[in-house]
Amino acid sequence: MNAHQGTRVSKGAATEPGAAWETVIGLEIHAQLATRSKIFSGAPTAYGAAPNTQACLVDLGYPGVLPVLNAEAVRMAVRFGLAIGARIAHQSVFARKNYFYPDLPKGYQISQYELPIVAGGTLDIVLEDGSRKRIGVTRAHLEEDAGKSLHEGLAGLTGIDLNRAGTPLLEIVSEPEMRSAKEAVAYMKKVHTLVRYLEICDGNMQEGSFRCDANVSVRPAGAEKFGTRAEIKNVNSFRYVEKAILYEVARQIELIESGGKVIQETRLFDPDRGETRSMRSKEEANDYRYFPDPDLLPLELDAAYVESVRAELPELPDAKAARFSAQYGLSDYDAGVLTASRELADYYEAVTRGVPGQPKLAANWVMGEFAAALHKEGLEISAGKLPAERLAGLLARIADETISGKIAKEVFEAMWANGESADAVIASKGLQQITDTGAIERAIAEVMAQHPDQLAEFRAGKDKLFGFFVGQVMKATRGKANPAQLNALLKEKLPG
Amino acid sequence: MALTRAQVEGIAHLARLELDPAEVPQYEQSLSRIVDFIGELERANTAGAAPMAHPLPGLVQRLRADEVTERDGHALYQRNAPQVASGLYLVPKVIE
Repeated sequence: MNAHQGTRVSKGAATEPGAAWETVIGLEIHAQLATRSKIFSGAPTAYGAAPNTQACLVDLGYPGVLPVLNAEAVRMAVRFGLAIGARIAHQSVFARKNYFYPDLPKGYQISQYELPIVAGGTLDIVLEDGSRKRIGVTRAHLEEDAGKSLHEGLAGLTGIDLNRAGTPLLEIVSEPEMRSAKEAVAYMKKVHTLVRYLEICDGNMQEGSFRCDANVSVRPAGAEKFGTRAEIKNVNSFRYVEKAILYEVARQIELIESGGKVIQETRLFDPDRGETRSMRSKEEANDYRYFPDPDLLPLELDAAYVESVRAELPELPDAKAARFSAQYGLSDYDAGVLTASRELADYYEAVTRGVPGQPKLAANWVMGEFAAALHKEGLEISAGKLPAERLAGLLARIADETISGKIAKEVFEAMWANGESADAVIASKGLQQITDTGAIERAIAEVMAQHPDQLAEFRAGKDKLFGFFVGQVMKATRGKANPAQLNALLKEKLPG
Repeated sequence: MALTRAQVEGIAHLARLELDPAEVPQYEQSLSRIVDFIGELERANTAGAAPMAHPLPGLVQRLRADEVTERDGHALYQRNAPQVASGLYLVPKVIE
C-alpha cells in the first residue's frame, strides 16, 4: 500500500480537514466481457432474451457436461491486463467457489483463486484539484456469472432465469487505496472508460454489464491498521456508488463514536432511501472451499501470445489525452473530457480534420453545443445525428468570419433540427455576417441618429454606453455585424 | 487428527447434507481418516517440486472459438424441472 495523504471524513461525511477519521475504500468491479458466446459453453450471451432460452446443458450444470474455455474471453482479459501494465500469468488456474443458491445450478461458480490471469497493475485517476493519484489493481480474474432470481408476482415462489449463467466476467480487484467516495467514483469511471476503449465490455450499467462491490471502512486518522470493513454489494451506477459510500462512512463513524463496533458484513444500497442496510446475516461466515476445478486444465499463455495481444492494443485513454494536449494545445481538462470515450475522441479528431488549424474552436463546440445537444436528447454519438464533417462545416464558417459565434449557435440548432449543412442554413436564413464596412457604417449612423441623448451622454464621458451602441447596431443588423469591425468602427465614430 | 462432532456437523451443513445424529460418530471417524491421509501427504518432502493444479502433467487447457453453437432447448430441458412458469424455473422463495 502506498502512503497516500487521505481525505479525512467526519460525522455526516462532509470532508473536513483535521477531522478524526480516514476513509478506506477498495472496489471489486465486475465487467461482463463482450463475447458472443459464454465463457464455458456455446450458448449465446445476448441481453434481453426470453427466460432460459440461452442456457444450455453446460450452463444448467447437467451431469456429464464439461466446460470448454472461450478463447476470446481469455484474449479480452489479457488486453485488460496489458492496458494496466499488469503481469499476465504464464499459468493460471480455474477454481470452484462453492456455495448454494438457486441461480447457481452447479452449486459452485467457476472462478480463479490462487493463480489469476492478471496480477499487479495500476491506474491513474485525476483528483478534484487536478492532481493525479495512482491506484493499484491487485488482480483481475476470469469467472462465470450466475443467473437471475426474480421474486415478483410468483405467489411465494422465486423464478430462476439462467440466461446470464455462464456469461464471462472479469473481476477487477483494487487495492484499498481510495480515501474518499469521489476517488472511488473516479477510479470506477477510469476502469469503465478503459474497458470500453479496449472493446472488452459494453459498459452498460443499467443492464448490469458493469457493476461493483465497494469495501468500505474507517480508521482514526494516522492509524496504520485498517478498520473492520463492510462490503456494499452490486452497485450499478456511479452516483449510487458515491451515495452508498458517503452513507456507509457516516454510519460507521457514528456507530464507533457512540461506542459501537462495525461488524464485517455484506450490505445492500437502497437507492430509494439513500442508505445501505445489512443483508440478512448469514448463519456462518462464507466458507467457499475453493479448490482447483478438475474439469479444467491450467491455462498456459506464452510470451508470443501475450505480445500478439499487446500489438493489437488501441491507443489508451491516458496516452490519447497526452497526445491531444500536445498535438492540439488543449488543456489537461479538455483533453480528459474529449478522451473520456473513444467515440467522442474519434469524433473530435474528425471535426478538427474538417477545420484545420482550429483545434480549440473544435474542442469548445464538441464539448459544448454538441455534447449538450446529445445529452438533451439522450443520444449517443453513434446515432449519427450530426456527422463530424457537418459540424466542421459550421466551424469553418466561424473561422472564415462568415458568421459570428453567436449566430453559429442559431445555425447549429437549425442543423441539428433539420439535418441541413451549415452553408444551406446560412444561405436560407440570410445569416452571413456583414463585413462590408460601408454597411456597418450606415447602421452605426442610423443608430446614432436614433439615440441622440445616449450619444450626448457618451460624449460627456459615460463610457459604459459604448456597450449600448454595440447592442443597438447588432440589433439593427440582426446580430450579423462582424463584432471586431463593429467595435473598431464605433470607436472611430462615437467620439465624433 | 480427530474431527469434532461440531466440525462434522459444520461440514455437512456446508454441503447441505442432512445427517442422522446417530451417523455423526461414524463420519467423525471416517472423515478423520481422510484428513489423516492428507496429513501424511503433507509430511512428504516437496522441496523443489512445483505445485500442480491438475494430475495431468504436460496437458494444458484447450480453448474454443467464440462461436454460438447451442440453440434454445429450454422446452426439453425444463421437462426435468419440478415446476416452471413463463419459462422460469420455480423454486421455494429465496429471501435476500
